[in-house]
Amino acid sequence: MDYNINLLPPKFLIQRDKDRCIKCGACARQCANEAHVIQLDGSIKAIDERCVDCMRCVSICPTRAIRIEEYPVKFRESANWTEEAILEVYKQAETGGVLLSAMGNPKPFPVYWDKMLLNASQVTNPSIDPLREPMVTTLMLCRKPARLELVDGKVVTEIPPQVKLNVPIMFSAMSFGSISLNAQKSLAMAAEEVGTLFNTGEGGMHRELYPYQDHAVVQVASGRFGVYKEYLERAKIIEIKIGQGAKPGIGGHLPGEKVDSEVSQTRMIPEGADAISPAPHHDIYSIEDLRQLIYSIKEVTDYKKPVSVKIAAVHNSAAIASGIARAGADIIVVDGFRGGTGAAPTRIRDNVGIPIELALASIDQRLRDEGLRNTVSLVVAGSLRNSADVVKAIALGADAVYIATAALLTLGCHLCRTCNTGKCNWGIATQKPELTKRLIPEVMYKRAANLLRAWNHEIQEMMGGMGINSIESLRGNRAMLRGVGLTQKELEILGIAHAGE
Amino acid sequence: MKINALNKSFQELNAAIKKAQNTTSLLEIQNAAGQRYIAAGMEKGRVVHIYGTPGNDLAAYNCGAEIEVFGNAQDQVANTMDGGKIIIHGRIGDAAGYAMRDGDIYVMNECGYRCGIHMKEYMGKSPLIVIGGGAGDFLGEYMAGGTIVLLGIGCNRTMGSMGHYCATGIHGGRLYVRGQVPGDKISKEAKVVPCTAEDLEKIAVYVKNYCEYFNGNFNKLMYEDEFVKIVPASSRPYKAVYVNN
Repeated sequence: MDYNINLLPPKFLIQRDKDRCIKCGACARQCANEAHVIQLDGSIKAIDERCVDCMRCVSICPTRAIRIEEYPVKFRESANWTEEAILEVYKQAETGGVLLSAMGNPKPFPVYWDKMLLNASQVTNPSIDPLREPMVTTLMLCRKPARLELVDGKVVTEIPPQVKLNVPIMFSAMSFGSISLNAQKSLAMAAEEVGTLFNTGEGGMHRELYPYQDHAVVQVASGRFGVYKEYLERAKIIEIKIGQGAKPGIGGHLPGEKVDSEVSQTRMIPEGADAISPAPHHDIYSIEDLRQLIYSIKEVTDYKKPVSVKIAAVHNSAAIASGIARAGADIIVVDGFRGGTGAAPTRIRDNVGIPIELALASIDQRLRDEGLRNTVSLVVAGSLRNSADVVKAIALGADAVYIATAALLTLGCHLCRTCNTGKCNWGIATQKPELTKRLIPEVMYKRAANLLRAWNHEIQEMMGGMGINSIESLRGNRAMLRGVGLTQKELEILGIAHAGE
Repeated sequence: MKINALNKSFQELNAAIKKAQNTTSLLEIQNAAGQRYIAAGMEKGRVVHIYGTPGNDLAAYNCGAEIEVFGNAQDQVANTMDGGKIIIHGRIGDAAGYAMRDGDIYVMNECGYRCGIHMKEYMGKSPLIVIGGGAGDFLGEYMAGGTIVLLGIGCNRTMGSMGHYCATGIHGGRLYVRGQVPGDKISKEAKVVPCTAEDLEKIAVYVKNYCEYFNGNFNKLMYEDEFVKIVPASSRPYKAVYVNN
């Protein structure tokens, strides 16, 4: 007799309306978690504990016969011992393992975007109608010279390489391996159509992405997967990945079972081998060492490619960013603690890092104070959910933003937060061919492109309301922001006044 | 063609090298004095001889060039190298061969810390580092493929010619060590096994090359001490660490 009782109740309850179900079996065929199982007699059995609430079955059921509900079980919770806290102890007692979660920090920390309000012009400096008047959201990323020298009316100052974005939004790093090639390709096609960039992540660039290389940011992380000269030369921007908002101080680890033949070729590692990229680059122990890596990339690409450095938003981000600017980076990317991930230790995801809004404000201020702001572009990431977040980020001092979670939502992601299992029913966070074929890039890229266009329209409307007709005039324009319900200290860090002031 | 590196910044020197490399097959760099990134990303068919001391990231991203240094080299020789050959008539600093994927490095004397870190092999590519002397700590850290040969000339090979934490995080590849590997120097992710006849055949090739480049005594190096092999204890050392939450 097995005395080892499973203490974990199912999270979800699968309800099937018997009158509606026509036993077509689509749910069973579509569920990679095998939460629906066809019985010998043709009936379909639900196995609740396997359900992750990804809603694939709900979306494809032709008769709307399926409902997913929270499992109706009540733990004796207290304000201290929540159901989540209890369940996590059970899991670790069962396995002795480090808890692993996906997507960004779900805890109820303040979302400062929601505590800032934008200005709009009334009477003076009148609003601009973006539908009928020019409204520029195009920008140039990368280092700008401190001054321009003119000889006979011509600019003689050498201008470092610049990257033009039609919208101030790029797709953030997601590697092949963590997401499918079809997901990457969808974003690459959308980036090309709208005139922005996607990011290969640290897993190398698959040959099928070569046609989109003019819109590619490629990453160099500690494991150096797929990094070689040609990879660097193909890129529009080369990004050194130091940290990631979802797991500051923690490296990446793609388990061997996700390293199939294609992933192996792209990462340039053997099939089935773990792809370990630890938190530290072992050639970087200081800002001076970071400078060394930045310049090794510049040397090998003949100074034609801008180099970006991505860090997680942590306690001393402003000082770190100042160092990165001095180290010669052309772009600094700061990723806040709500940024998503395919897999991160739960404790790290939920307890390490700081909100991107505060990090951004302090970094922008520090770079201005030290006269460095023109030497770098500042890109922020870490859960920008809509165009208002983007406008607020730019007003706080960002040049542009990266989005990843929102980008995956356009491809069908339902934020079920089980990316790490490799069984994504939407064909995004998986390498199983039967699942990835569900995501057709030629169809889905339009949704990602739609999102960028929709946000850009909204950004133009908000800018128009403020009487601003160029994104350049919005950048760092904190007078356009007011805080609500914030402490004096928070206002001070954000560098904004309180509403009513 | 000869280039005098004296008083040149790394940018000046490397610009001169890039300009000259298309006009000559053999480049000779004199008076190297710590300039970084020499021969970075250089293509196959080029040969560079360096006199003096090249700086960090020598031959980074090397794509197939042959580099010979008549002196010591500093840190991260052959960083992320993809092919080619590097011969150092001296010692090398830390993190040599970081994430190198292919090509050979032969070092006459010892190497610093973290030599061969993140070395990987892939399809037909497999990197090699041969070290004549001893090695610093963390030799072969996170090694995912390729071969490191440690000859330990001039070292106490009973005590182990490597530093501590050898092969930490190894999950692929192999290290051949002349002499013994004491238990306190090797990581728990690795294990020591005897060399097979096949291993010894490969080692003989590496030792022969070493002797040819550095005028060594083949019989002494090959047969004076026994070689042992360090391999991963598991190809998935961290498999059981995590549980889905």
